[in-house]
Amino acid sequence: MYTQALNTAETDDRGLEDAAKAAQFQARIDAEERIEPNDWMPAAYRKTLTRQISQHAHSEIVGMLPEGNWITRAPTLRRKAALLAKVQDECGHGLYLYAAAETLGSSREELVDAMLAGKAKYSSIFNYPTLTWADIGTIGWLVDGAAIMNQIPLCRCSYGPYARAMIRVCKEESFHQRQGYEIMLTLCRGSDEQKAMAQDALDRWWWPVLMMFGPPDATSQHSDTSTKWKIKRFSNDELRQKFVDATVPQAQYLGLTIPDPGMTQDADGHWRYSEIDWTEFKQVLAGNGPCNRDRMAARRKAHAEGAWVREAAAAYAAKRAQRRTAQAAE
Amino acid sequence: MSTPNTPLWEVFIRSRNGLAHKHVGSLHASDATMALQAARDIYTRRGEGLSIWVVPSSAITASDPAEKGMMFEPAESKIYRHPTFYEVPEEVGHM
Repeated sequence: MYTQALNTAETDDRGLEDAAKAAQFQARIDAEERIEPNDWMPAAYRKTLTRQISQHAHSEIVGMLPEGNWITRAPTLRRKAALLAKVQDECGHGLYLYAAAETLGSSREELVDAMLAGKAKYSSIFNYPTLTWADIGTIGWLVDGAAIMNQIPLCRCSYGPYARAMIRVCKEESFHQRQGYEIMLTLCRGSDEQKAMAQDALDRWWWPVLMMFGPPDATSQHSDTSTKWKIKRFSNDELRQKFVDATVPQAQYLGLTIPDPGMTQDADGHWRYSEIDWTEFKQVLAGNGPCNRDRMAARRKAHAEGAWVREAAAAYAAKRAQRRTAQAAE
Repeated sequence: MSTPNTPLWEVFIRSRNGLAHKHVGSLHASDATMALQAARDIYTRRGEGLSIWVVPSSAITASDPAEKGMMFEPAESKIYRHPTFYEVPEEVGHM
């Protein structure tokens, strides 16, 4: 999902650590206890979570870019206010997540620098462009819908600060998805051109959204440890299937066609989708998606242009602190 | 000049139902005024609170989780501190 670049297995270095502590740790996980920042944890658990939570945070921040693209061009003031609130939420989600990641011992500055240096990933989905207003509807409906599907189980993740951040995020995501679906509904009830615009957006976003859930279970090496540690509760394919089953009736209600002619409903009612083009996914992750360079350039520019604000705030705080010390000495 | 890392603050919010301030998360800000403003923007976008406290994270002294057995042992053995320890005949009714 927002952390789908975690395709490599962490090296298991528990052999170097106290075996008794590791066993006790696993027993706590098995007993559904939450692990808190100052508790003992295997180094690989800390490393996996730092990567996962920080990638999730980066995704929320980069995720503001494709939507921010439409704030000044929203069709009405009501839509504009809603989109602005949604983008502000995404920023808030990024901040909750950075705070959760920091409890594992890396500073936010380090985490952000890793992203700006291209060393840390963010979700592949944000490397696609938002060409029309219908893309904003589709992002809310499908991208946020897929995110909710992934994030609800994360509310029960074994790491306390991450689970608590996810509870806040999930509460807010629900507004995002409904907001997006309402845009789609309005377009689909509008003129032929508007409906065609909605269909075109669905055609372009459908497959990239399915890729958000990450590689198929058969090739995802990372899942085993994450499952054992109860960071991950469902496999990529399980979540993807749940999402497809929930989404197909919503598309039918809109009168839109899922761009998968091979899709069939099986005897159990599950919608079986066709083979996903994983070459495209790998290309986007490798930095060759339609907007990878744009997104990185925009983040670096914003960070560089904000440097004077950080410096001024720090200088002001230092000056005030110094004055307080001087006054106390008088 | 390299900018130092922005300090971390813990945020506590009192909701409208008269409960105590409750820890909701943390944030970075260079001073207390900015921490309060950031807390409002990050943690109260939907009317979550009527009052905010921000506390420098470095000012918090926490108990050591590794010592929690010893720390909380005194309470574990004192079941007579709970109302259910005492027997009151049913005829007496709810007490």
